[in-house]
Amino acid sequence: MKSIKASTITMKTVIYIVCIFLSLLSIFPFWVMIMNATRSTYQIQQTSVALFPGKSLVNNWKILTGKSFNPWVGFVNSMIISTGTTICAVYFSSLTAYALVAYTWRLRNAFFSFIMAVLMIPAQVSGIGFYQFMYKIGWTNSLLPLILPAIAAPAMVFFMRQYLMATLSLDIVASARIDGSGEFRTFNQIILPIMKPAMATQAIFTFVGSWNNLFIPLILLTRQEKYTMPIMVSLLRGDIYKTEYGSVYLGLTLTVLPLFVIYFILSKYIIAGVALGALKE
Amino acid sequence: MARKGVSYAKWGYIFSIPFVVTFIIFSLYPTLYTVVIGFTDLRGLGKTTFKFLSDPFANFTAILANVTFKQSLANTAIIWTMNFIPQITLALLLTAWFTTRRFQVKAQGAFKVLIYMPNIITAATIAILFNALFGYPKGPVNDLLIRLGFLDAPSNFHLQKWTSKGVIAFIQFWMWYGNSMIVLIAGVLGIDVTLFEAAEIDGANATQIFFRITLPRLKTIVLYVLITSMIGGLQMFDIPRLYNLGRPDNATLTSSVFIYNQAFSGSYLYNRASAASMIVFLIIVVLSVALFFIMRDKDEVKARKLERQIKRRGGVA
Repeated sequence: MKSIKASTITMKTVIYIVCIFLSLLSIFPFWVMIMNATRSTYQIQQTSVALFPGKSLVNNWKILTGKSFNPWVGFVNSMIISTGTTICAVYFSSLTAYALVAYTWRLRNAFFSFIMAVLMIPAQVSGIGFYQFMYKIGWTNSLLPLILPAIAAPAMVFFMRQYLMATLSLDIVASARIDGSGEFRTFNQIILPIMKPAMATQAIFTFVGSWNNLFIPLILLTRQEKYTMPIMVSLLRGDIYKTEYGSVYLGLTLTVLPLFVIYFILSKYIIAGVALGALKE
Repeated sequence: MARKGVSYAKWGYIFSIPFVVTFIIFSLYPTLYTVVIGFTDLRGLGKTTFKFLSDPFANFTAILANVTFKQSLANTAIIWTMNFIPQITLALLLTAWFTTRRFQVKAQGAFKVLIYMPNIITAATIAILFNALFGYPKGPVNDLLIRLGFLDAPSNFHLQKWTSKGVIAFIQFWMWYGNSMIVLIAGVLGIDVTLFEAAEIDGANATQIFFRITLPRLKTIVLYVLITSMIGGLQMFDIPRLYNLGRPDNATLTSSVFIYNQAFSGSYLYNRASAASMIVFLIIVVLSVALFFIMRDKDEVKARKLERQIKRRGGVA
């Protein structure tokens, strides 16, 4: 008995050390980044790892925004795209899921099988065709082709369908009909409120996913005033900032600041959402 | 349903229209268009008109014979493997630790939040951040290694093929093991508790319980993690592109970066890029279908067998 207890204690010590190490490993790169964002290039060249901030934040900001990097433009564009994408995806996925759950129609099962089949297909493989198509109709350098495709989000329809199957009682729909509510009004005023928890979870992931997306915006947007945050970030790699270490770190920090805020407010829901996504399988 | 004679079926169709129309325009059509372009002479910046080639498969044979494309596929496979093996190992280990009741790991919530964090941060930002961290001669990693005595002089990591591959694999690993861990933990929490209790009564220790009960039951979820990771790995773009631009000597050129370079730089070979996309797409389809079938059947049979065994034992106890 004693040896079991002793080995448990040893084991627990090992577990805590590893977990603390891994936690530090998550923080460390971002810590270095944020500290260096406030330090001058000279300081960074002397010692590039610092535990405490410097005093060059304002100067770094001036150098950063004095060149092609415009964090405000990137922020606004990313905000418009991510918000639009999230609203489209959440609303229309709920609507499609409702069509699959609340009504009996001939092609329903075929439609659902189709959604299952395309669930895994990544958007990237059709990138060339998408680009050519958008170029032809003059939609490159427009934010619309980055927002509208979200109306058809198979994975989210699947998730919303599972949620509705578990929570929706068709009696509610029937009694709404007796009260004279039209089908579309029933969905908007009765069904959507029921789906709020599922919508919130999906909204977070869609927003973050859209915010971080690089490939499609990169091939469609060529004009600087349309750049999203991740494209702005890629400018920091170029020659113009080559020796301005402090500004590069500041630019990187600016792009992730909104994500840090979202994450530390919503981390509980995000972690729960990741777990939920797995359980649906 | 509600009143006789009133059919609501049409609303099923009506409410599906936005999805179907959007899917056709923005997914199906571009996919078919990509396939078509693969059989044409479409190349050159700003060109949209094309002719079909006299040899329809010319682009495909050219791409399959392209040394750089083969190298990019090999790089993708190597970097993905270097990321996935440690990722799934660590995720499983942490899952075992966090779900073993004997350890009662405290502050699990905080650990999960921190371990998962890199996953939601913009990959483009992380790639450039790591590029700066591994900078030469005065990057933080060089700085640390010299201060700790591992290096005498700064090392130019960006010129080393295997270091560059390794860093990209590490970034992938670091961004994703937390995600895999949470998915696996959710899987363990979904296992019937009586299975663990029965095993404990039978005198099984933590290791035995993990390998004999937890792991077999997790097979489907491990498969899910594997497939999604593979499909994600085949699309690896932001990190290899921005960390080292596929350098040095194409050592970090992944298939997605290759396709991007074909289509959007140099001579804008949209046709070749399309052919390469379709090849990658086929690999994705084959991998996911094959893995799905191989693991599903065995798993179900075994799970049923195990259930029967436990039930029998439970009856005796």
